[in-house]
Amino acid sequence: MPDPVPAPAPAAPISAALVRRTRTWQLLRPKWQMAMHRARHHERGDLRRLLLVSGLGVLFWMAAFLMALRLLRYFRSAEDIGALLAGKLLSMILLSFGSILLLSNTIAALSNFFLSRDLDQLSAAPVRGGALYRARLLETALHSSWMVGLLLIPIVAAYGAAYQAGWLFPVFAIGAILPYLLIPAVVGSALTLLLVNVFPARRTRDLLSVITALAVAGLVLLFRAARPEQLVRPEGFADFMQFVASLDAPSSPWMPSEWVSEAMLGFLNGKPWGWALTRLWGGVLILAVVGQALHQRFWHRAFSLAQEGANKRSTSGTRRPWLDRRLRFLGPLKRELVLKELRVFMRDSTQWSQLVLLGVLLVVYVANVRYLPLSGPGMTTMLRNLIPFLNLALAGFVLASIAARFVFPSISLEGRALWLLQSSPLPMRDLLWAKFWVGAIPLIGLAMVLVGCTNLLLGVQQFVHLVSLAGILALVFPLTALALSYGAFYPRFDTENAAQIPTSFGGLLFMMTSIVLIGAVAYLTGRPAARFVVASHLGWTAEPTALILPFVAAATLCAGATVIPLMLARRRLDALERG
Amino acid sequence: MDRPHGMIEITSLHKRYGTFTAVRSLDLTVPPGELFGFLGPNGAGKTTTMRMIAGILQPTAGSVRIAGHDLLRAPLAAKRALGFIPDRPFIYEKLTGMEFLRFSAGLYGEEGADVDKRGHELLALFDLEPWRDELVESYSHGMRQKLIIASAFVHRPAVIVVDEPMVGLDPKSSKILKELFREYTRRGHTVMMSTHTLEIAEGMCDRIGIMQRGELVACGTMDELRISSGSDDALEDIFLRLTGDTVARELIEVLDA
Repeated sequence: MPDPVPAPAPAAPISAALVRRTRTWQLLRPKWQMAMHRARHHERGDLRRLLLVSGLGVLFWMAAFLMALRLLRYFRSAEDIGALLAGKLLSMILLSFGSILLLSNTIAALSNFFLSRDLDQLSAAPVRGGALYRARLLETALHSSWMVGLLLIPIVAAYGAAYQAGWLFPVFAIGAILPYLLIPAVVGSALTLLLVNVFPARRTRDLLSVITALAVAGLVLLFRAARPEQLVRPEGFADFMQFVASLDAPSSPWMPSEWVSEAMLGFLNGKPWGWALTRLWGGVLILAVVGQALHQRFWHRAFSLAQEGANKRSTSGTRRPWLDRRLRFLGPLKRELVLKELRVFMRDSTQWSQLVLLGVLLVVYVANVRYLPLSGPGMTTMLRNLIPFLNLALAGFVLASIAARFVFPSISLEGRALWLLQSSPLPMRDLLWAKFWVGAIPLIGLAMVLVGCTNLLLGVQQFVHLVSLAGILALVFPLTALALSYGAFYPRFDTENAAQIPTSFGGLLFMMTSIVLIGAVAYLTGRPAARFVVASHLGWTAEPTALILPFVAAATLCAGATVIPLMLARRRLDALERG
Repeated sequence: MDRPHGMIEITSLHKRYGTFTAVRSLDLTVPPGELFGFLGPNGAGKTTTMRMIAGILQPTAGSVRIAGHDLLRAPLAAKRALGFIPDRPFIYEKLTGMEFLRFSAGLYGEEGADVDKRGHELLALFDLEPWRDELVESYSHGMRQKLIIASAFVHRPAVIVVDEPMVGLDPKSSKILKELFREYTRRGHTVMMSTHTLEIAEGMCDRIGIMQRGELVACGTMDELRISSGSDDALEDIFLRLTGDTVARELIEVLDA
């Protein structure tokens, strides 16, 4: 036997000064090594997914770039206010992205600083607070910012192209955007640290609710601070000069987004940009120093509290809860399946944290309709009644995204517990039944709110209101069934984080199928209904019978897209054996 | 700084989760060169105690000293002397065994050829050498456990705190680990080990502590435990008497219900 145990070190105390420092890069190295291994050992379908995602990404980039370029060239053609409009547009985009960054950093920090499973090993090791802070901060920033970073590329490139900036511009833009991405990471991490200290993470959900409330409030405030409607309503100002003055005045001078905009526009217009860049880098450095000091002071206590959360005993008594008694009519098997689905969802904070983003998404969605210019010249009754069918497609897309996030992973999430279901006398039909309704019922509520509220805000005719409500209701069932079915055919049993599951190849296929289905249903219901509205509006004879065939076709399509995927999913689950 | 009497010194250690007290006024000293066995029924507070010793959980009250360093006042120096093996360890799935060992050594400020040499020796000891460049995701449960144990030894700590080390190990690895612990303590180091396998505790440990409802209800050598229990029983009987011997009666009641 080889002797790995060295000669006994004297049990003399070790001076803290002799402890060699663990560097930030040492803490980040495993993540880098894992990324390299993932790249080398790619799984089945990874290459297809990569190609598909890259193709879609490049298409999106090109479209965004061309649109932004066209808009900026149009702005530049307006001599007086063109530069102001371009600056305002950039600061508004950056302000919106900044609020999204702050929210996603706050949530990512909760996971990276407190819930990550490797923290046990790190907290038991002599790792200095500073190294851990910097490593986790960079991870948090990277996890939260990569998407915003990618979205910014075509927009910034369009500014460069519109202003014919030189080759130095990309370097300058990176130098300006980097601190802009880091500031929300520092602020979000500090916010999470303070919240976990205030709310012992025994109640992670409470914490997330607070974050939700703060985030939504912050988003609304920032949105209002930007006063976006002023850009499209110059007639709201007393005179043109007042409009120009409002464009010229920074809407939020204390926001890093304003500083980035100031620096970039300064560079593009050959004006001074040094002070704006100094504010950005100075801001991030000062905040990071404060953040690190807070981390060193409060993290260990907060992490210990977060551990206690894992040990919290259930406070529910022996009495059967209300829902349990309400669902008695389902019988023991279906009732237990439904209750299990609901409980697992409600107690999984990684699932809940996604609801935060969903809530914000809905607020923004309805707010956008609220601020649509629905009166004034050009807004006819006919146009107002056509918008709901565009809204139907958009709401369908929102529902499909939510189904992808919450319904698609539900088979995968059975994961290591699937043996329990497979070894029990449980018909897979019942499991699917429970998952289907647990997914479909909240989606129905959401669909009604989304379409119903926007229809009311738009003030559409009763007929259009009913058709669009029926259309979205009919879409919920096939979307849920398709999500379940694709989830059964492309399961990822070993992924612990539910948020990662929809990014699989199966998730992409589901989204693409859903888009085709939504388009078909919106077309089949929207086109005849629009014709009917046009005919009524112009006083022509409207033929209600012309509506029957497309409506029946849409209903048949929805019914088929519900039943067939469910049947296939059942067969798949019956045959499924864990590898 | 006072001269340490023990490598692990626990004084009036207390841990509360809300209204539930997990550990109550625990006093314990484990001297150098001792293999200390920590026993107790599920939920007795063993894991909570060990996680406080490892610096993962903060005590509600009381103090822990490792190799003479107060864990609260000088956490880095205290942790430097400690190797902790948790009951449900996490290993990065997408690292290889050797990469994980290098990373673990790096956390203790160790790197270079010396770490690689020790890593290879430890992997060879546990029959993991052929797997050293394979991703951890392809390891079995027992192999992961062996890798975690190897990672706790790679920085040559003065104290090892290990929660349920034998779970999932094959008989050969189990024997190697027992010999490793014995040899380790013979060389002046300290091991604190929790286990549910009473035969292992009885056969290996110099002293045994039994926890029940957050309190240390018995502590000493096997002979001392026998004297205090007033009989010449095996550890199992002493353990059951201290932690509740109504099990058999309850079992019959449940089966008859």
